[in-house]
Amino acid sequence: MSLSAGDVLPEQTYTVTRADLVRYAGASGDFNPIHWSDRVATSVGLPGVIAHGMYTLALAARALDTWAGGPGRVVELGCKFTKPVVVPDDDTGVDVVVRGTVKEVTDAGAQVALEVTCGDQKVLGMPRAVLRA
Amino acid sequence: MAVDPSLAGRTFPPTPPYPVSDERLREFARATGSTYDGESAPATFPIVVAFQAMTGLMQDPAVGIALHRVVHGDQRFTYTRPVRPGDVLTATLTVDSLRQIGGADIIGTRSEIADADGAPVCTAFATLVHKGEDA
Repeated sequence: MSLSAGDVLPEQTYTVTRADLVRYAGASGDFNPIHWSDRVATSVGLPGVIAHGMYTLALAARALDTWAGGPGRVVELGCKFTKPVVVPDDDTGVDVVVRGTVKEVTDAGAQVALEVTCGDQKVLGMPRAVLRA
Repeated sequence: MAVDPSLAGRTFPPTPPYPVSDERLREFARATGSTYDGESAPATFPIVVAFQAMTGLMQDPAVGIALHRVVHGDQRFTYTRPVRPGDVLTATLTVDSLRQIGGADIIGTRSEIADADGAPVCTAFATLVHKGEDA
């Protein structure tokens, strides 16, 4: 896929359920109980179980792979973790939406400004990436 | 309790070698819904090794971090190349910066992730926010 400055990339929506968080805990080795126990999550002041910030960033990377036409093209990726993604204990889960705009294309690659939201809230701060040209 | 102020600039020993199997990459890709083509790991996979390096820092009794007070503030990766199956990775963590804001320690870390030949694969930058007792 050829990217040009100003391109608005097709929005990607991913549904996150509790089962996804359990699977991610196992795959990543991050077993912090705030990502699977309501009891622990609420005891530290959270509304309930939240997604791993790195899981949400992995969803942004998944969107980048889709836009780039395959894996292995991300040369830089980063964000701040600003708002938690609260994942309900039901079969429906919650939707995370990833949007992207190409800011600039240089020899270093395509700089992509991302927006990652859950409901009407941005859950990642200044998420950005560079895709190999 | 604040962390040891001499932490800034310190480099910790490398993590134990982590063999990246094809199955581990498939598992990580399945967990994140990513496409795995048998060659390139999903972009955030290096967090698995970087997380081990950060855990080493946080569990070092001399550092003075209380694990349950730590929040992952930000994360950034720069890649020399994608992680591939068959890689044997180590992460070497350096504390790049240490600041105190409002009773919290803001710990800037950099983990250099290298392959079995010591060649760079990826650098993982993470800011850990360690909230003090009163924060």
